[in-house]
Amino acid sequence: MTHVDPGVWTTVADTVAAVCLLAGAFLTLGAGLGLVRFPSLLARMHTVTKPQVLGLILLLTALALRVRSWSAVAMLVLVVAFQLVTSPVAAHMVGRAGFRTGKVDPDDLRPNEFGEPD
Amino acid sequence: MSPQSRRPAYLLRRLGSQWHALLLLTVVWVLLWGDLSWANVIAGAVIAGAVVTMFPLPAIDMRGTVRPWRTVVLAARFVSDLFVASFEVAWKAVRPGPTPHGAIVAVRLRNPEDAYLTITAVMSSLVPGSLVVEARRSTGVVYLHVLDIDASGGAEAVRRDTLALEERVLRAFASDAVLSRCGLAPGRGEDA
Amino acid sequence: MMLAAVIAAAVLVAVAALLALVRVERGPSMLDRAVALDTLTVTLVCAIAIEAIWSRRTETIPILVALSMVGFVGSVTMARFAAKEPEGEGRVRTREEVAAQARAADVPRGEQRHEQRDGARVDAEDDAESAEGGQR
Repeated sequence: MTHVDPGVWTTVADTVAAVCLLAGAFLTLGAGLGLVRFPSLLARMHTVTKPQVLGLILLLTALALRVRSWSAVAMLVLVVAFQLVTSPVAAHMVGRAGFRTGKVDPDDLRPNEFGEPD
Repeated sequence: MSPQSRRPAYLLRRLGSQWHALLLLTVVWVLLWGDLSWANVIAGAVIAGAVVTMFPLPAIDMRGTVRPWRTVVLAARFVSDLFVASFEVAWKAVRPGPTPHGAIVAVRLRNPEDAYLTITAVMSSLVPGSLVVEARRSTGVVYLHVLDIDASGGAEAVRRDTLALEERVLRAFASDAVLSRCGLAPGRGEDA
Repeated sequence: MMLAAVIAAAVLVAVAALLALVRVERGPSMLDRAVALDTLTVTLVCAIAIEAIWSRRTETIPILVALSMVGFVGSVTMARFAAKEPEGEGRVRTREEVAAQARAADVPRGEQRHEQRDGARVDAEDDAESAEGGQR
């Protein structure tokens, strides 16, 4: 390995971190907007499982690139793992509960294959 | 707890049969402290043992294998799908105009075993524009809510995508017997 | 450059948090509120992360871990007990029910047809109810 000035790596890492930061914040905003704009409970659940999770992952990536310490990265990996495992579970629980207690208008769903004989 | 379950031999056997959970909990503990030292590893193992014995879970029947290359394919595709799906949903929320039209699609998975059903369901909630609303363990049918059925190409396209995802999961983790039972030739087949 | 990125990100996340609060207030069901509160927790995690990105500090990271571990408990608990909500709370009403209610309130026929077609009207009614509840 050739010797590279550590200042260069800091600049590169900070630039990538800034990009991740902005992309993550945009996705978080998308999650918030979807929460308000999407018409039904099930549609809103999509924003909780997708943009919100990746937005958080990108922000934490930016944080890891800024602090660059292994103990911090270990904890951030744990946060990402928990998000990936828990958010689909929570979304499924809420979606199912809403579906079963009639908070979803079946007329809005075309096609609605639920309950069809298979 | 039955009296039999308190016997040390039983507890030891239980610890032995759940070494996956023990290992995982120990890793979580070490990550939590962010420092790989003997004290952390030992404390983590002790706490993991206590958790496994005090809060026993039914063992999952998963006699599969792990195929490293297939797992890499699964993971790479998962990450790219996660990016595409997230920016798609965020864009649908940000752009002006009418909001998308949803639908519920029933998908019958090839293999209704708990472990694979769970992995496929969790991953399909995270990636293509879908969300698991109900899952029937007995028949292996999952009911997916699709955010934008027109953009996803209709119910058939959603079914195809979900079955392709299941195929990647099975190719990564299922045994050859399961693969051939599901009509997937073990060992070959195009990269999904 | 970093300062500009951090400020822009902070503004975007703050707007997201406000939008989540709007959904908490609107409902219409407890499940919608639970989901919105989940999002609010995640925006809080994002805000702490942005602060840490700016100051390069690591001591706030355990807060992120704790919040991400417990963040989903709220909505799962809500989902678990959603069946015990009062009858009809936040439920999407069928056309017949909306029509019956409109007849009972003696609205002109044009207005009634409008309500049947447009689900947003039903939401608006629920908004008014929850706003009253909030003021008490």
